Amino acid sequence: MNFPAELSYTQDHEWIRIEEDGTAVVGITDFAQQELGDIVFIDVTTVGESLGKGDVFGSVEAVKTVNDLFLPIEGEVLEINAEIEKSPELVNSDPYGRGWLIRVKPADASQTDDLLTADAYKELVGA
Amino acid sequence: MSLKQVPLHHVHQQSGAKIVPFAGFEMPVRYTSDLDEHNTVRNAVGIFDVSHMGEFILKGEGALELIQRVSANDASTLYDGKVQYSYLPNDQGGIVDDLLVYRISAVEYMLVVNASNIEKDWNWISRHNTGQVDMVNISDGMCLFAVQGPLAAKALESLTPAKLDSMGYYTFEKTDFAGAANVIVSATGYTGAGGFEIYVANEQAEGVWQAILEAGKPYGIKPIGLGARDTLRLEMGFNLYGNDITDETSPIEAGLGWVTKFTHDFIGADRFKQQKEQGVSRKLVGFEMIDRGIPRSHYALSDADGNVIGEVTSGTQSPTLGKGIGLGYVSTAFSKPGTDLFVNVRDRLLKAQVVKLPFVKK
Repeated sequence: MNFPAELSYTQDHEWIRIEEDGTAVVGITDFAQQELGDIVFIDVTTVGESLGKGDVFGSVEAVKTVNDLFLPIEGEVLEINAEIEKSPELVNSDPYGRGWLIRVKPADASQTDDLLTADAYKELVGA
Repeated sequence: MSLKQVPLHHVHQQSGAKIVPFAGFEMPVRYTSDLDEHNTVRNAVGIFDVSHMGEFILKGEGALELIQRVSANDASTLYDGKVQYSYLPNDQGGIVDDLLVYRISAVEYMLVVNASNIEKDWNWISRHNTGQVDMVNISDGMCLFAVQGPLAAKALESLTPAKLDSMGYYTFEKTDFAGAANVIVSATGYTGAGGFEIYVANEQAEGVWQAILEAGKPYGIKPIGLGARDTLRLEMGFNLYGNDITDETSPIEAGLGWVTKFTHDFIGADRFKQQKEQGVSRKLVGFEMIDRGIPRSHYALSDADGNVIGEVTSGTQSPTLGKGIGLGYVSTAFSKPGTDLFVNVRDRLLKAQVVKLPFVKK
């Protein structure tokens, strides 16, 4: 399993990356996609909404299960990755790349400081 | 309660399967990918270890009489080597379990029951056994492998003298199989993809499993987990005990009228006859999503105005159809194919339509 060092992670198995333009990209981890199995639908109904840290921003539906998606930081949900609406399997095959989920405008960019590092997350999932 | 393991647990572990608790057992839910496993069974052939299922032998002069008393289908129509789908009604109008009845001889039958109900079924049938029928629970000594898919007969034909190609649906043979004797090869399954179910004693089970994988290699055989088993059965509209039928659901509401035969007397017969004649207030239906979304068990079903008219009992994204499908109980007024329904998915009402089963036509 792969956990890129440049990303920040949550205990709920999301990752987040602050981009150069100040927006943040959020997805689920390689561990999460492997545990869920084939992902068949990403349901995000919060585009345009401002949410708090830890709020549910959508759901990930695998063949057998539905799981909530939690926002790692406080901010506004700007967009969902249009590509995964058509091809949710990208979340399985490329969870840190083409399988990203949403773009967020952070309320405050320093919020990622208290998230997990790749090493800490790795330890959390026992990988 | 500690979980039981199937005899080939170590084999599934070694092959990297994800193991989850199911019906009191640790069961392989997925070996590689639910979708790939699903498609393997629909298009080629796959093998499931469903050894958690229960098997009872009923032997003696009164065996048929006992089966006729506790089960709703008419077992007197069976002949040696014939299988029948049936259910055990309870005395409150609900269902103890659904099961398969195998006639081994006129005085010996095998009942195949759901893993989660083994003890309940055993107690229920024992209670109605007035003494002369010899009952043996052979569940712990038997493995059951389901080899399912359009290439199943070809994949297995080198392993047995049985003429798999010409075996009738819902018939079985006790035969040699992959070096093991007295193996029951049954032309049954829970996938709608065709194929066989193989009952083999624990001692021979691993050899038989490996032989099937080897013989099936040219046909692309793969081990298949319970995840795909659920999507396969749901595409066919097959009931799952615990979801679609329970101790509380009426078999007539559940669409089991076709295996409810009033040619014999059985527990609950009068009540079901009345329901059949007078009609029932709700029915189990299949529906397909029109809006994008996936129905799941216990989601509410409503009309266009949001009035609740029923509940989802099983639901998934159909891998074959690429859309959400489900089973659920609805008020009879909403049960006709073509009727619009709305599924409450996370507080949004998503449109669906009642359809005729199966969802996936053969």
